[in-house]
Amino acid sequence: MLKRCSVASHCLGIESTADDFSVGILSFEGKVLANVISAYVPEKGGIHPREAARHHAEVAGKVLAEAFQRAGVKPQEIDVVAFSQGPGLGPCLRTGATAARALASYLGVPLVGVNHCVAHIEIGKLVAGAVDPVTLYVSGGNTIVSAFEAGRYRVFGETLDIAVGNCLDVFAREAGLHGREGMPLGAMVEQLASRGQTLIPLPYTVKGMDLSFSGFLTAAVQLLRKGKHSLEDLCFSLQEVAFSMLTEVTERALAHTEKSEVLLTGGVAANKRLQSMLESVAEEHNARFCVVPKQYALDNGAMIAWTGILAYQHHVTLPLEKSFVKLKWRLDEVPVLWVGG
Amino acid sequence: MLIRKGAEANLYLEDWHGRRVIMKRRLSKKYRVPKLDKEIRFRRTIHESQHIHKAKEAGVPTPTIFMVDTAETTIVMEFIEGKQVKLILDDLPPEQRQQLCRHIGELIGRLHNHGVIHSDLTTSNMILTPEGRVVFVDFGLSERSVELEARGVDLHLMKRVFQSTHFRYAGECFDAVIEGYARVVGGSVSGEVLEKIGEIERRGRYVSGR
Repeated sequence: MLKRCSVASHCLGIESTADDFSVGILSFEGKVLANVISAYVPEKGGIHPREAARHHAEVAGKVLAEAFQRAGVKPQEIDVVAFSQGPGLGPCLRTGATAARALASYLGVPLVGVNHCVAHIEIGKLVAGAVDPVTLYVSGGNTIVSAFEAGRYRVFGETLDIAVGNCLDVFAREAGLHGREGMPLGAMVEQLASRGQTLIPLPYTVKGMDLSFSGFLTAAVQLLRKGKHSLEDLCFSLQEVAFSMLTEVTERALAHTEKSEVLLTGGVAANKRLQSMLESVAEEHNARFCVVPKQYALDNGAMIAWTGILAYQHHVTLPLEKSFVKLKWRLDEVPVLWVGG
Repeated sequence: MLIRKGAEANLYLEDWHGRRVIMKRRLSKKYRVPKLDKEIRFRRTIHESQHIHKAKEAGVPTPTIFMVDTAETTIVMEFIEGKQVKLILDDLPPEQRQQLCRHIGELIGRLHNHGVIHSDLTTSNMILTPEGRVVFVDFGLSERSVELEARGVDLHLMKRVFQSTHFRYAGECFDAVIEGYARVVGGSVSGEVLEKIGEIERRGRYVSGR
């Protein structure tokens, strides 16, 4: 019988920045052995940080146990514990951090604090095969256009106010839609949009490589309340205008940096219309288009584990007493030691 | 001859009635639905030519426009000999770098005083000519406004460009821009704009100090 090779190393990653609690286990070679996600679905309204944290605390044990089981790895075979240290919602981050600290001290292994945004890019590179991309990271909390330059993932463009995913979610809730597990609000908007035909004018706000969605959302909600247009047409227009803005700034970053890959990630990356728009732009610039598969584009533990491995291999670990969460830890504050150039 | 493929337009260097000109063509984007695509290209072609003219009134060097073709969403304009500030800024001696940034600040001040917001103040859109003039190009995203908010967003973008593209000298470059800006718009206005920039930054995601 084959015995597990004793030198194989594993990292366990815990993600808990917002509404998902997730545990991923990866081998140091980058093989995903487990990636278990448990989403907190509010009964109504958006994410309540305290309620989300309560959910995380409740499911933590179960999710960890399931991850170990799926990976076929014993706790003693974990060599590093990584957790998302920020940015995100305080109560949620602290719940994940507590679990990570407890696990690391119990197992007597090093702890690594991972930046959530860096992790989204790194897992994208791992699973979608990008090497040095311009990344569009779009989710409920983030809207960032980034590319690697001199030791860091520089932020070339970002939202000046709310994230695009947040904008779509708020609009959907205003329209009376309810998200559920497996069917997020964004997917509902996408479905409705596919049946829309008429483009209703909405503010198109691009400032160089930055964007703004707050005035756009207000205008869309006002149109909704007036009740003159069908919800299908409104969703269609919402997507067309918002995604054209995202695609334009990504193209501007691509033209500016002259990179040859475009990586699309984050929860909104699942949208087929956005994918097709970015693919078209990548093609025009002879760049390769890579989209991160859903289970790795959403918030997930695997991305934290993988980034933890990269950091650990470059001797970045975090002493317990310094493992405070960082609610406002920007992507471009993180030295990225593992990327050359 | 295609010399630059930008995000929203292609630039061609052409011979046009015996002149070397830049033809800026806003080509249709496949990713946009036709109605939105047409509207954006048309609006930006008109705005760009208007604002290039307005900038001249303000005393900011811009290319001379020879022809505007709204049907083809094409502008024919003077070819500016020189180098993009983006390419040379980091390699200048510190003194000259600061001087150049102060001058850029002055030009931005003149635009703002005249009610023009550039909306894409990047070092790629500034050309340093062999005679040492700085010429502003690409007014496609420009708008008319005298509001503090618009001025703040305009300069905030400049700050961000320094941080992403000229990160080694970001602080000193931006300070020099503001110094030049203040010379033109006055200390109290520039102070208000600076305050606004702080407010805009705090509005963004994950900013310490909020």
